Amino acid sequence: MSGADNVVWLGTPAFPEAARTALADTRLRANLRRATGTIRDKRLAVAAELDDWEELRDTAAAVKRRTLRHLDHHLLRLEETVTAAGGTVHWAADAAEANAIVTRLVKATGESEVVKVKSMATQEIGLNEALAEAGIRAYETDLAELIVQLAEDRPSHILVPAIHRGRSEIREIFRREMGEWGRPAPEDLTDEPRDLAEAARLHLREKFLRAKVAVSGANFAAADTGTVVVVESEGNGRMCLTLPETLITVMGIEKVLPSFADLDVFLQLLPRSSTGERMNPYTSLWTGVTEGDGPQNFHLVLLDNGRTATLADEVGRQALSCIRCSACLNVCPVYERTGGHAYGSVYPGPIGAVLTPQLVGVKNAASLPFASTLCGACYDACPVKINIPEVLVHLRAEAVEAKRRDRLLPTTEALVMKAAGAVLGSPRRLAAVQRLAALGARLVARDGRIGALPGPVARWSGTRDTPAPARESLRAWWRRTRTPTSEDARTTAEGKVRR
Amino acid sequence: MNGRESVLSAIQGALSGVPDSERPDDVPPSTGPRADHAGPDVVGLFAERAAEYRATVVRVPQADAAAAVGRALARTGARSLVVPPGFPEDLLPEGPWSRLADVPPLTVAQLDAAEAVVTTVATAVAVTGTVTLDHGPGQGRRVLTLLPDQHICVVRADQIAPDVPEALRLLDAYRPLTLISGPSATSDIELDRVEGVHGPRTLDIVVVEDA
Repeated sequence: MSGADNVVWLGTPAFPEAARTALADTRLRANLRRATGTIRDKRLAVAAELDDWEELRDTAAAVKRRTLRHLDHHLLRLEETVTAAGGTVHWAADAAEANAIVTRLVKATGESEVVKVKSMATQEIGLNEALAEAGIRAYETDLAELIVQLAEDRPSHILVPAIHRGRSEIREIFRREMGEWGRPAPEDLTDEPRDLAEAARLHLREKFLRAKVAVSGANFAAADTGTVVVVESEGNGRMCLTLPETLITVMGIEKVLPSFADLDVFLQLLPRSSTGERMNPYTSLWTGVTEGDGPQNFHLVLLDNGRTATLADEVGRQALSCIRCSACLNVCPVYERTGGHAYGSVYPGPIGAVLTPQLVGVKNAASLPFASTLCGACYDACPVKINIPEVLVHLRAEAVEAKRRDRLLPTTEALVMKAAGAVLGSPRRLAAVQRLAALGARLVARDGRIGALPGPVARWSGTRDTPAPARESLRAWWRRTRTPTSEDARTTAEGKVRR
Repeated sequence: MNGRESVLSAIQGALSGVPDSERPDDVPPSTGPRADHAGPDVVGLFAERAAEYRATVVRVPQADAAAAVGRALARTGARSLVVPPGFPEDLLPEGPWSRLADVPPLTVAQLDAAEAVVTTVATAVAVTGTVTLDHGPGQGRRVLTLLPDQHICVVRADQIAPDVPEALRLLDAYRPLTLISGPSATSDIELDRVEGVHGPRTLDIVVVEDA
C-alpha cells in the first residue's frame, strides 16, 4: 500500500463530479449548514474574548514555521528525550512502513485487538485495514469515529467525522451494527443524542476495560521534554491512554514543537478554533512511562508519508503548520455545500485541498487545488495563519504545468490563454476583437445575457450566464465623444478656474 | 537505508535552502508577558467559567470544606468513595459512604464499580475553568479520576492561576498531566452537546477560600 492509496480514496470521482452529486443532496446540505453555522458562531465568540488573538496567531505561526525550518534537529531531540523517559521511538518513511511497525508491535504483545483514539495520522495510513489483514481488530472509540466505523462509511470532517449523519441515521446504524462488534444497542434506543451517547458508553466500556493495547495519534510533542499531548472531549482518549499496558502513538513528523513552554500558545488557540470552547474537556500529557500509572510500554512512531516532499516546497511547506483544528472547513463556502466526501481524501476542506495534493503528488489529486473560490475565509480563520489561497494558486500552477508536460498537444485552455495574451498585448488588436465580440454577442445573447454555447466553450458556458459585451467599448466611446477640440480644452480650463 | 535514515536525509534535502547561519535556538520559546485575560477576580472568574462547563462549583471557607465534599456526595447519593493516597484527612466528611483506598492498587473492576472519587489538584486555570492534575499525592493514579461516575475536586484558592501560560509554568512536564474542563462531553451528534460519555458524568469543584 503506498501513501497515495490511503490519503486519497482511489476509485472515487474527482472533485467536480463528486461535488455535483453532493450538491443534489439537500439533507446533507441542511445538516452541514446547521452544523458549520453553529460552530462558526461559537468560534468567533471565544476568539473575540482574547484581545491578543492576532498576536497569539502570529506567535503560533512563527513557532511552526521556525520549527519546520529545523525539523531534523527537533525530531532528534524528541527521540532523545522520549527514549530517556522510557519510551521507544520508531521512524516510518511511508504508510506501509508505519503499518508494519504498528502491526509488529501489537503482535509482540500477543493481543489480537486494539482500542484507538481518533487520529488523522492512522486514518491517513489506513492502519485499521492493515491491522485487519494481520488478524488484529481495531476499535474506534471516539463517538463519531465509531459511527463511521460501524456504518463502514468514510469520515467527512476532520473534527466531527460523522457531521454528515443525522440522529435518526445514527440510531439505525447503532441498532443494526453494534451487536456485530460487541455489546448490542438497547432495544428501546431512541434518537436522542443523550441516549445515543449512553449506548456508545456501554458498548465501549467493556472494550476499554479489557484492552491491553491502545493506538493514538498526537496533537503535539515537545522536543525539550519528550512530552506528548492528546486533546479530546469524551474521555475515550483518557481511557486508551491510561488503561492498556501498551500504548502506540503514531505522529506526523510536523507535530513536534521545540519546547513544553510553546504549548501555552497552542492550548489557547486549538480548542477555541476547533470546537469554539475555551478549553476542551480533557487534555492528556505524558512523558515516556510512569511506574505504577498508565501504560508501561510506550512506542512513538514518527511518520513521514509525503511530509518531507511537502517540506521541500517553500511555498507549500506552510501547510505542515496545520494543527487540524478544522476551522477552515467550517468557514468554507465550498465545503459547506459539498461536504467532506467530495474531496475524496482523508483531509477534506480547504486544508485538504492544499495538504492532499502535496502529500500524494499533485498529479494524484489534480482537481483539489481548484476546489475553492479563493475567497480567503480559510486564511482568516486559520489559527496558525496558513495562507491557503496562496498555496492553492501555487498548486494550480503546478497542476497545469504537470498536465502540460504529459501532453503532446497544448490544451484548449493553453491555446485560448495564448490568444488572449496576443490580443491584450496590443491596443489595436483588442479594439478589433471588442468590435467583433459586440457584434457576435448580439447574435447569441437573449435579454442582454449569453447562455450555454456549443463548441470548445460549452463546459464553461454551461454553468454560468455571461452579460453580453456592450455595443461599444469604453475606448471607442471615448474616442467618439471626447476627442478634444481646441474649444473643449478652453471650456474645461475655465470651468476649473471658476470653481 | 532504514526508516530513520531515510526520513532524516529527506528532511535535510528538503531544507537545503535554510542557511547554515540560522540556528534552531535563535528564537527564544514563545512564553512571555501577554495580555491579561483574567482581570482582578481570578477566583470568581474560575468559579464562573468552570460552572459554564456544567461543573458544580461551590466556594467555601476552610472550616466548611469537608462538609462541602459531603454535600457533593449527598447530591448524587454516592455510597462508595475512592480516596487517593495523600489526600488530606481533614477534608473528608462523615457520611454513609464506604472508603476505597488505592493501597494496594484497586483493580479496574473495583474502580468501575466505585461511585465517586475525591482529589486535590496541582493547579487550576481561571480563564478556561480548568483543573489540572499531576497525579501526585492527593490526586492518585490517572485511572482513579476516570472510571467512577463522580469526580470531586478540592481546589485551594491560591492554586488558581489566571491563565493557561501561568498554569503550565507551574507544572512538571515529567509527570503525567491531565487538564479537565467540565465533565466528559461530546458534540458528535448534530453538534448537540451531551455530558457524560466516557469519563465521569459529574464534576464537583470545591474552592477553598483563604480564611
